[in-house]
Amino acid sequence: MSLRRTPLHALHKELGGRLVPFAGWEMPVQFGGVVSEHLAVRRQAGLFDVSHMGELRVSGPDALPLLQRLTPNDVSRLVPGRAQYSALTTDSGGFVDDIIVYRRGEESFLVVTNAANTARDLAWIRERGGTAAECVEDLSDETALLALHGPRAQAILQTLTDLDLTAVRYYRFAEGEVAGVPGTVARMGYTGEDGFEIMVPADRAEELARRLFDAGAPEGLVPTGLGARDTLRLEAKMALHGNDIDEDHSVEEADLGWIVKPDKGEFIGRDVLVAQRQNGVTRKLVGFELRDRGVPRHGYPIVVNGEPFGEVTSGGHAPFLKKSLGLAYLPADACEPGQAFEVVIRGRPVPAEVVPTPFYVRPGKKKKKKKRAAAAAV
Amino acid sequence: MIPDDLYYSKEHEWLRLEGDGSATIGITDHAQQELGDIVYVELPDPHAALEADDVMGSVESVKAVSEIFCPVGGTVTEVNESLEDAPEVVNSDPYGEGWLIRLRLDDAGSPAATMLSAGAYEKHVASEE
Repeated sequence: MSLRRTPLHALHKELGGRLVPFAGWEMPVQFGGVVSEHLAVRRQAGLFDVSHMGELRVSGPDALPLLQRLTPNDVSRLVPGRAQYSALTTDSGGFVDDIIVYRRGEESFLVVTNAANTARDLAWIRERGGTAAECVEDLSDETALLALHGPRAQAILQTLTDLDLTAVRYYRFAEGEVAGVPGTVARMGYTGEDGFEIMVPADRAEELARRLFDAGAPEGLVPTGLGARDTLRLEAKMALHGNDIDEDHSVEEADLGWIVKPDKGEFIGRDVLVAQRQNGVTRKLVGFELRDRGVPRHGYPIVVNGEPFGEVTSGGHAPFLKKSLGLAYLPADACEPGQAFEVVIRGRPVPAEVVPTPFYVRPGKKKKKKKRAAAAAV
Repeated sequence: MIPDDLYYSKEHEWLRLEGDGSATIGITDHAQQELGDIVYVELPDPHAALEADDVMGSVESVKAVSEIFCPVGGTVTEVNESLEDAPEVVNSDPYGEGWLIRLRLDDAGSPAATMLSAGAYEKHVASEE
């Protein structure tokens, strides 16, 4: 099967991107180098092409009930102009995929899916949604998605749009023009930095990317690839479907229980997830640091109290924190920060320790707990 | 740029004969480029006895881990300890400050018999692409 290409393929080549196969697509893994791109996003800004991701339009009177049934988060709480992180759950509360649901109007939604899963997600929605699934339309081929991330992202983007970006708060979006290209600008991302995901028609994507690079050059904007995207999301402890989350691990086990809103009514996997919340889970996804030299990687075996217990789900050397970090499912009674265990690196057990996550929190970002406390004080 | 005065392996190690029965070994510029940003280098114990094609350590980049094979037999006399704090030197100066180990060669003969010349290595790299 030949690899699919995004509308920015030619630009990637022009910018010196190293193109590799990823989820059926030919994508740039790096331009200047993973570490320098990672640091650029932490310090200035990076532009990622994530056009391989899927976009599904869900519209009409069936749209809201369909999404409520397929996802654990409460879509009815979304007002137009807001988005939420969610999932397509299995009957056992696992992940068919993790998704973002945008609400564009009362009966108009957009669902963004992982590239590798888009076809399967559609099949799942059709299988489980029945006739209601006729309101789902795949816009992936005609849609490009650019992610502009880093502390300078807003300043760069604001030079190209009349939209008031300060009004586009976290997990909100606005529709308008950027550099004359009509699109949707959402404040969200997968790097742990402030930033925007910009959705535009595929045939205008290259024009927009070039304008962004021109506008961003004085601010230190660089092209960034999937390599840096992976190291950035790991530092921010954002789960990667296929590694950290999948059909075999539930939303509660993945420590993403905050997207489960049982009070909204029935949805696929609800019974299991409610029971897990009440009775607890037997394993949980945690973050760890290696306590000796080495790099933990996806698939390396884990030993807890002398017994094998699964594998590293994601791991690597964190370029900004300069530590060897990873994620893994550990037994529920061995999940507290400070818990010691071992990662087996090419036959050698290396000491590791559970640590609080996210590993990286950007300067100035409010912690959720503090925000709640402040709200309670008022 | 592939230096003329070194020997090369198909696994992308280089070897320089020091003229006193010892040799210095590292990985090639092509190898470091393919690996990308190197974050950790695992080297053998000093004094380790290695045979040709033994795994003598590993180089970990952000993206991947790659084993390093010792292209000749010998006894390790020195490892490049500065790489512990500055593994990125393998990226920036693979044929110089980024060397990995020095070893005293076995009597098994010259690497010329088993390793590639610069020209042959260049062709080998081209054939892999």
